[in-house]
Amino acid sequence: MILEHIGLNQINGPLIVLEGVKNAHNEEMVDIRLDNGSKRVGRVVEIEGDKVVIQVFEGTTGLSLSNTATRMTGHAMELPLSPEILGRVFDGLGRPIDGLGDIYPDIKMDVNGQPINPVARVYPRNYINTGISSIDCLATLIRGQKLPIFSGSGMKHNELAVQIVKQANVSDGSDFAIVFAAMGVKNDVAEYFRKSFEEANVMNKVVMFLNLSNDPIIERIITPRCALTAAEYLAYELGKDILVILTDMTSYAEAVREFSSSKGEIPGRKGFPGYLYSDFASIYERAGIIEGKKGSVTQIPILTMPNDDITHPIPDLTGYITEGQITLDRSLDSMGIYPPVSILPSLSRLMKDGIGEGYTRKDHQPLANQLFASYSKVQDAKALASVIGEDELSPNDKLLLKFGQEFESKFINQGYQCNRTIEETLDLGCELLSLLPREELDRLDEEMLASHYVRKSKGK
Amino acid sequence: MEKTYNIYSINGPVITIKGKTDLSMMEMVYVGEEKLAGEVILIDNDKTTIQVYEETAGLRAGEPIYATGSPLTITLGPGLMSNIYDGIERPLAMIKQQSGAFIKKGSLIPGLDEQKEWDVTVTAQVGDKLSGGQIYAHCPETSAITHFCILSPEFSGEVVEVKPSGKYRVNDTVLKLKDNKGIIHDITLCQKWPIRIPRPVKERMSSDKPLITGQRILDTLFPVAKGGAAAIPGGFGTGKTMTQHQLAKWCDADIIIYVGCGERGNEMTQVLQEFGELIDPKTGKPMTERTILIANTSNMPVAAREASIYTGVTLAEYYRDMGYHTAMMADSSSRWAEALREISGRLEEMPADEGFPAYLPSRLSDFYERAGYMNTLCDKEGSITLIGAVSPQGGDFSEPVTQNTKRFTRCFWALDKSLAYARHYPAINWTESYSEYLNSLAPWYTENVSPKFMRHRDRIASILQKESDLMEIVKLIGSDVLPDDQKLILEIARVIRVGFLQQNAFHDIDTYVPLDKQYKMIRIILYLYKQCSKIIEQQIPISQIKALGLFDKAVQLKYQIPNDDYSGFDAFKEEIDAALTKFNIA
Repeated sequence: MILEHIGLNQINGPLIVLEGVKNAHNEEMVDIRLDNGSKRVGRVVEIEGDKVVIQVFEGTTGLSLSNTATRMTGHAMELPLSPEILGRVFDGLGRPIDGLGDIYPDIKMDVNGQPINPVARVYPRNYINTGISSIDCLATLIRGQKLPIFSGSGMKHNELAVQIVKQANVSDGSDFAIVFAAMGVKNDVAEYFRKSFEEANVMNKVVMFLNLSNDPIIERIITPRCALTAAEYLAYELGKDILVILTDMTSYAEAVREFSSSKGEIPGRKGFPGYLYSDFASIYERAGIIEGKKGSVTQIPILTMPNDDITHPIPDLTGYITEGQITLDRSLDSMGIYPPVSILPSLSRLMKDGIGEGYTRKDHQPLANQLFASYSKVQDAKALASVIGEDELSPNDKLLLKFGQEFESKFINQGYQCNRTIEETLDLGCELLSLLPREELDRLDEEMLASHYVRKSKGK
Repeated sequence: MEKTYNIYSINGPVITIKGKTDLSMMEMVYVGEEKLAGEVILIDNDKTTIQVYEETAGLRAGEPIYATGSPLTITLGPGLMSNIYDGIERPLAMIKQQSGAFIKKGSLIPGLDEQKEWDVTVTAQVGDKLSGGQIYAHCPETSAITHFCILSPEFSGEVVEVKPSGKYRVNDTVLKLKDNKGIIHDITLCQKWPIRIPRPVKERMSSDKPLITGQRILDTLFPVAKGGAAAIPGGFGTGKTMTQHQLAKWCDADIIIYVGCGERGNEMTQVLQEFGELIDPKTGKPMTERTILIANTSNMPVAAREASIYTGVTLAEYYRDMGYHTAMMADSSSRWAEALREISGRLEEMPADEGFPAYLPSRLSDFYERAGYMNTLCDKEGSITLIGAVSPQGGDFSEPVTQNTKRFTRCFWALDKSLAYARHYPAINWTESYSEYLNSLAPWYTENVSPKFMRHRDRIASILQKESDLMEIVKLIGSDVLPDDQKLILEIARVIRVGFLQQNAFHDIDTYVPLDKQYKMIRIILYLYKQCSKIIEQQIPISQIKALGLFDKAVQLKYQIPNDDYSGFDAFKEEIDAALTKFNIA
């Protein structure tokens, strides 16, 4: 028998308190029916004896102590799934909003997921060619990786994400699908993604979960979990290679903060709860490849760094969990360089095992190291030039500055449509390094230097 | 039969029981119908608080809680080696067999394989008086490690019965022991030990032998002693994990305990794979034969993360008690501290610095004090070296975990973001890092490497220090205006930085460098410096020396001279002499 509890005992922000509930499960879903017939859903977040605290996803506006009837469902939040979800659009809680009707589920899965046993993981090695030089050469994306884009408001992270989707899709023959989760992004942004997917002719391979900026904030906490549950289903049950785009993680974290403070929890840094790290991990760690299953889940979370500050808790904690990051730089952006990837703080941790002979090219790793090392010296030369003026620099430093400019304008800068092969990218890298004197190239061994300088003379 | 209680409230991983209970502090309990593992952390007159090591979703108020009467213990015995466990010693490979690729709740799996038979040689004889910590049997655990069965420290007495040597399982009785009250105990191959209590030893000895890691910046500039404690702090992407991996692979401890505490799943998979393929240079056997992994990744339950560090160090102590030198890598202790903070927050304790509980420093010191070079109860020498990675928020070393870790460790290997950006690995900053073991290790280096080793090491350190002072000037006015002797310092410092400190973990020769070669490298660099300064004194411009290309050759030496044939150093010395003679004549 299903009991309905009439009325509430307390309402506080997104939380409601109900007393006299027997047998409530921790984290089970509840249905709340209002007198006017509208329905809301919530989740049990705390139990104390027969008192339960419920988080209402749609917010508590309009609720009173007497106008509701609450029903416990007895199970955690589940997402109905079937192969038909491809091409569909859902709201932040996984309910269809494209007017095409409900999903007839093959299976229902718990949105919270379960941790992947490290023993059952396959170490990701298969690189994804994105056609973007700065990523392919210097922060290579690997299938099964979680590689966030650290951006700031107004920079071209959406364009970059779309370009990765388009170009990675084209170059690869495998069964590919995209799961897109919007958390607190503007309507235009969601629309831009939808249009771009249409243009790339992949709309029938995209599942969208939209929690836009005017949608209920608490719903945002569930949105990435719904998206990842769909992704896991498509990857591990249907054997597809899934690319998950989560944007914007900053809004997500703010929703977590809002929820935490309404629960009266002790805040950590900048008011974010102490468990933000674990909370992020429960999202990011759902990327990967599992032994014996065909598919994979690759994540590209996008986050806008508040005030472009990479030490802010959101990018900071993200960076500790994800396997590297692609950092965008405002000064490159304002110089008109696209994609404005800031090379030095960008990193792909899985890169070293997914490149080189048999994957990309033998000289990839040393070449990438040399580009990093040289470009970091460019920064020193620039700093010096800003003090003593460019004219006073030593010839070596002047060469470095020239290299830096060429590197930014030719290598990093490539435009929205330009899709470079890995060969083109690496050759371009070699060519640019040839601007520098041979003894500056301390990361390349003799053999590489020989072939590298051969390249140069050919180029001339 | 132990008592049962009922759940009253649930808040994340923290649950309470209403009313008075007989539970004791730190007692292990099983929570709910699924029997999730938990531990009592707070007892009040009217409620008892328990932290649960697993996900609590789905629990209901009123579900039973089963007391066990003992604190959180782990089982110690043969079969630990080469295994991979979660934070409370549940074998992940078995969990995978039982519940598939995802970790399900309430998996009650014993830590040791109870069916496997070990080839046991029983060494104790009837009539022997055994006290805790003494060896009564041994068996080959892996091809690299012999497992000595040591009597649990809580027992002592006279052996009244022994089984013949042969094949036994971990829970089979191999001898019977009569204690001084006349009670007879069955002694098996395994024992239980509470993870939060340090295992006893006979006495603590001074740590005067270095842990050789094959990493030049560590062995030469900032060595850690066997039995010491070291901290590796660094922001994300500075190579903490990479450094930990290198240490685990190459350091000369007999046994490695690698604790992945709240880190990435893929990283643990990488460790598993890599260690399986790598061959230990000392034993010629795969690295996994001497390694135990503990993987409590960031998305696994937070309370088990808190326990994982203690599980790791207890395993290390167990092998130390057999007379092995163990090294434990904890990656990362910040995640452990965050787990403390998270649980403390749920208990609504008064927070101290940055929300961390006020007992953070005492917990850290308890942990790091479990390192040490010990004389064990069975009169062998064993040690535990603890190497903890610290992940400071925003890369800011003034945060509480880094600061407190600094107080309780004597070796500080500070990782530097700008070095990492320049892909200078290991990105250990040589001006911020320090080792307090230098003095106690000096006699060892003098005896085993060279009497001049420490002097040379100090010269290298002082050149680097001078360089960093000079760089202040260079940053303002450029290097062109410096006098030639200072330019020479910059050049030599570059050779030291690139040719010595920078080490390529992926290069066959460079990934591990024996101490002798390290010494020869610094000696040749200092020789080059000495010869060049003589020439500079004769007012010959440095540009002429630079044109000889000696500095660039010195940088490449690390890749060219193999680890087993040092003749290249002499050849290079002759090359230096030959190249510089023309100036001497002038």
